[in-house]
Amino acid sequence: MQSVIEFLNWLEASRLAEFIRESEWAFPAAESVHVIALALVIGTISIVDLRLLGLASTNRVYSELAEQVLPWTWGAFVLAAISGTLMFISQPWTYLDNAAFRIKFALIFLAGVNMLVFQLITIGEASVWDRNAAAPLAGKIAATLSLVFWIAIVFFGRRVGFTTIPL
Amino acid sequence: MLALAQWLEHTSVSQEIQKALWLIPLLQTIHIIAIAMALSSVLMIELRILGFGKSLTMTQTSARHAPWLWTGLTLLAVTGLALIIGEPGRALPNPAFQIKMLLLAFTLAVAGVFQASLRRRTAFWEGRSLGRGLTGVFAIIVFFLWCAIAIAGRWIAYVHTT
Repeated sequence: MQSVIEFLNWLEASRLAEFIRESEWAFPAAESVHVIALALVIGTISIVDLRLLGLASTNRVYSELAEQVLPWTWGAFVLAAISGTLMFISQPWTYLDNAAFRIKFALIFLAGVNMLVFQLITIGEASVWDRNAAAPLAGKIAATLSLVFWIAIVFFGRRVGFTTIPL
Repeated sequence: MLALAQWLEHTSVSQEIQKALWLIPLLQTIHIIAIAMALSSVLMIELRILGFGKSLTMTQTSARHAPWLWTGLTLLAVTGLALIIGEPGRALPNPAFQIKMLLLAFTLAVAGVFQASLRRRTAFWEGRSLGRGLTGVFAIIVFFLWCAIAIAGRWIAYVHTT
């Protein structure tokens, strides 16, 4: 725990963090990248979720669609994580203190668990329903949870900007 | 029970939910979800021009994603208008907002021309050389134009009009 505190203090005092705090454009630039990246994460993941629910792309083979779309989801997620980290280090303690920020990360964790359960357990029998218009119930539940979690993540993410004190 | 309610009311989660009822962050959330719809639809169409996802034809790809683009844009217009009405002084005189609207008008015109061209010159857009040379450059530029609109939008919060 002590080392985590020291690490965050070190991050906050770093030249990069100082630059993000003091620059006129660095924080809004990171935020702009964050918005584009998260929009792509949510938009592309929804394409897959809607396919699982049987609401869109129903004429496409599920595994083929997922293979085409999900790498872009991951690429955008990495971009969102990098830009998010840059914003975070500018004032780590303010963010950790923020309720919306904590709720957001709890939701990202839940979205991750939901994805792992789906990828490791539910998808086991994907070849059986790959060409069906919709996934079986477990897949539909995973897709619904994914949509709910990600929309809530956006909501609490936006709340962070309203509840942290600007520099 | 009363004690429980009072305790719950003062938890950080509860406080957050109480504050969460505020309208502006809610409108902005819907605005961002609509950006997700529009931008990802654009990404899928531009990627198809660049030669990804060829199990669908260009026309099929457009038919799958263009309606989501237009739905997203409609939602953006509605929530955007509500945000402007809520805080007119924040947006209308703001250079970032004005640049955003100019970029939007231009990009919408490009999207309209593309949709019309896809209908009239289908053979060209379904051709095997699609994505090489100019059409590939076109796809990348159009994607970044849509990104630029969102970026200009975020900058409204930072550009202050005096």
